[in-house]
Amino acid sequence: MRAARMQAGRLRTVITAGVVAALTIGAAGCAESDRDSGGDKGAAAGTFIFAGAGDPKNFDPIFNDDGESFRPIRQMYDTLVTHKPGTAELVGGLAESWENDPTGKIWTFKLRQGVKFHDGTPLDAAAVCANFDRWYNMKGEAAQSQMIYYTDVFGGFAGSPDAVYDNCKAQDAGTAVVTMTKYKGAFPGAFTLTAFSIASPAAMKQYAADTVTQNGDSFSYSAFANEHPTGTGAFTYGGWNKATGEITLNKNPDYWGDKAKVDKMIIKVIKDENTRKQELRAGTVQAIDFPAPADRKALADEGYQVLNRPAFNILYLGINQKNPKLRDLRVRQAIAYALNRAQLVQTKGPGGAVVADQFMPNTVSGYAPDVQKYDYNVEKAKQLLADAGATGLTLNFYYPTEVSRPYMPNPQEIFTVLANDLQAVGIKVNGVPRPWNGGFKDDVQQFGKQDLHILGWTGDYNDPGNFVGTFFGRAKVEFGDAAMSDMFTAIGKADATVDQAAKKAAFEQVNRDLAAKWLPAVPLWHAPPAIVATKNVQGLVPSPLTAEDFNTVSVTK
Amino acid sequence: MVRVILRRLVQLVVTLIALMTLVFFWLRSLPGGPVDALLGERATPQTRELLTRALGYDQPIWVQYGRFLKNVVTGNFGNSIRTGEPVMDVISRSFPATIELAVAAIIIAIGLGIPLGYVAARYRGRLLDNATIIVTLIGISIPIFFLGYLLKDWLTQDIHFFPPSGRITTGLGNTDVTGFFVLDGLLTREFDASADALWHLVLPAFTLATIPLAIIIRITRASVLDVLDEDYIRTADAKGLRNATIRKRHVLRNALLPVVTTIGLQTGALLAGAVLTEKVYNWGGLGTLITDSISGGRDYPVLQALILLAAVVFIVVNLLVDLSYAIIDPRVRVQ
Repeated sequence: MRAARMQAGRLRTVITAGVVAALTIGAAGCAESDRDSGGDKGAAAGTFIFAGAGDPKNFDPIFNDDGESFRPIRQMYDTLVTHKPGTAELVGGLAESWENDPTGKIWTFKLRQGVKFHDGTPLDAAAVCANFDRWYNMKGEAAQSQMIYYTDVFGGFAGSPDAVYDNCKAQDAGTAVVTMTKYKGAFPGAFTLTAFSIASPAAMKQYAADTVTQNGDSFSYSAFANEHPTGTGAFTYGGWNKATGEITLNKNPDYWGDKAKVDKMIIKVIKDENTRKQELRAGTVQAIDFPAPADRKALADEGYQVLNRPAFNILYLGINQKNPKLRDLRVRQAIAYALNRAQLVQTKGPGGAVVADQFMPNTVSGYAPDVQKYDYNVEKAKQLLADAGATGLTLNFYYPTEVSRPYMPNPQEIFTVLANDLQAVGIKVNGVPRPWNGGFKDDVQQFGKQDLHILGWTGDYNDPGNFVGTFFGRAKVEFGDAAMSDMFTAIGKADATVDQAAKKAAFEQVNRDLAAKWLPAVPLWHAPPAIVATKNVQGLVPSPLTAEDFNTVSVTK
Repeated sequence: MVRVILRRLVQLVVTLIALMTLVFFWLRSLPGGPVDALLGERATPQTRELLTRALGYDQPIWVQYGRFLKNVVTGNFGNSIRTGEPVMDVISRSFPATIELAVAAIIIAIGLGIPLGYVAARYRGRLLDNATIIVTLIGISIPIFFLGYLLKDWLTQDIHFFPPSGRITTGLGNTDVTGFFVLDGLLTREFDASADALWHLVLPAFTLATIPLAIIIRITRASVLDVLDEDYIRTADAKGLRNATIRKRHVLRNALLPVVTTIGLQTGALLAGAVLTEKVYNWGGLGTLITDSISGGRDYPVLQALILLAAVVFIVVNLLVDLSYAIIDPRVRVQ
């Protein structure tokens, strides 16, 4: 009897298990078919899905300074001056032409006719001036502290003695005249900055764009910045689903320039580079930004388009002259000779990287083709160290961890190669790893604890001051405070030169002197960041400034 | 019972105040800070100073602490430093994602763990039992991060069976009602969205479930073995009770007590495991929020609120576990 009951029990178990398995498989199949139809719906013709690497902050251009915010902003807004696609060459944007007077203080913009903001209001000189006036008159530290580029380029706000902006007048509807208090070398290149995009004054007023409030120890932005960004760009704002990390942009049918080829663009935020690659392979996104350098070749071999951006960045080895031993030029030159940069580029550089011999890429005006070179030479390095009486040198070498930058994809590996080179000429290296946001930037840029460090920069606009001026234009603890007043003076003078030919010559001389006389750091490489796209994406033009416009992109089925 | 709950609630408040203070000072003692993270490479000393002042970090630490306490008491956790949104908005958006994942994982762990543990015990020493022991050992030993990448590589890249990441197919769109995508699809009758969300859930939930699943199997097995050896089971058997009755009323019920304790502990641990799983699958829940808030910008307001939330969840789950003892075992109620 009991055996029979047990048998029946087992049979029931088997049947139950079978039913559960059948249901599971059925549900899975059902989900699969639904998923497929969903996938088709998501990747429908006319939609371009691009995987970015991080969240934007908001969509008010002036309060942003990072690439992830600028990517969607750039599609929705235009700047007065812009770049020829794929280059750093300046061309007209909302201004068809521009000129400055001989003093370099007055800039006259001839505006494009018939351009409308997304809210239907016209772009005219009054609208342009409203933007300049808004920036200059921004009230409250909460807002001002978020305007990193404005402070950097325009010096300060209304009432500040350092402010460069004076006024803007609408000469007529199509002519805006911007007057500065003094010439600044950053212009006209800085007019291309996405932060200085022109927004609709009507929309900014309606959605209280200037209302940046402080809440506890942080800020909150306006409805304009979060929900109603209104520019003149090729795409209009379609929404930001923060739960799924999707920013939707719709084609602007009234765009003044080349209208977008796709009806809709989705920027999908995928922070992990491995996951971005997997989504590309799964066909759920059509292009990804910042692939891991190690994946580039494999992806190209698999038939994906690996689009290298022309390098507009620099990685350098900083030398801190707070250490008295490093004040001797011969020691710094010895360090430069000790580094096998060609091998570093070959073994650790992302595809397309090239050895740098100065602190700007050769596309920037002021690049000098004839600077002193420091080819790898161990004997010369040892000799220079001996001449300077600096044998047996021990240096603290700071490098960042938990970070990957376009110019520095793998800091730890770069450090290892450089440290080996230095040790080969008799310099003892103490490696000091520090988390990027957890000590590295503080220790290096605020406290100057290091002897050596690696760091770099991606240029914001085509101007030599944006490169060498940023690094060496003033005393910085990063390189040892006021170690080189000659250098600061020379860079300041070059930056203040109005005549463009003379300015170019002055910066060429700065670059020669940086290499031969000052050597505050050793330039290492220029590394092109890449975009990878599937085969069915056409018209994606990579920008050296990572400032791609996606109106030219089309996707075939 | 009421006294137990009240005592626990008092404990909760005291723990939270202590934790709040600890977290506040601990975060600020770490090197680096939001100013650094927000400014990137282009910080001039002037912008750094302006931002430090605007954020109130130039004030004495006790003034900052006072402001923080005042905010918390009034239920205002401030705004995220990174995004500018109210902290509660940021958290309430991420919370359903993690809960959806954790619930799915715990359903898998319990749904498979208890029957498998029970079956292993019933067939003690046989092939099935030995296989279960080996598989659970692997399940416990293998790091979630590694397993996640392994499963993802295999099932999404090699055989293209599951989607690689995210909670729903990009561009599919879904109506957000509760934040639980599977449920939302059912509520709004967007069944394709619901099925799509469920399909996205399978792999992360299974990854997250591996450790609790293995533990539940082992605890159930051990517990059932203990109970099977008890005299009252032999007595019941000798009395001629039906097998099913013995299993349900005597074996399973008595074996469940340690299992429930384990489930409670594992639910807390799931939140920690979610950090890694979410990272692997770009899930966008609390785990992602924690890592973003630490590495992406030292987002003090978000971090403070998240740590408090984790503590509340942990304490409440443990309270529920204790209460569930009373339901399963009447002797606890008497005590």
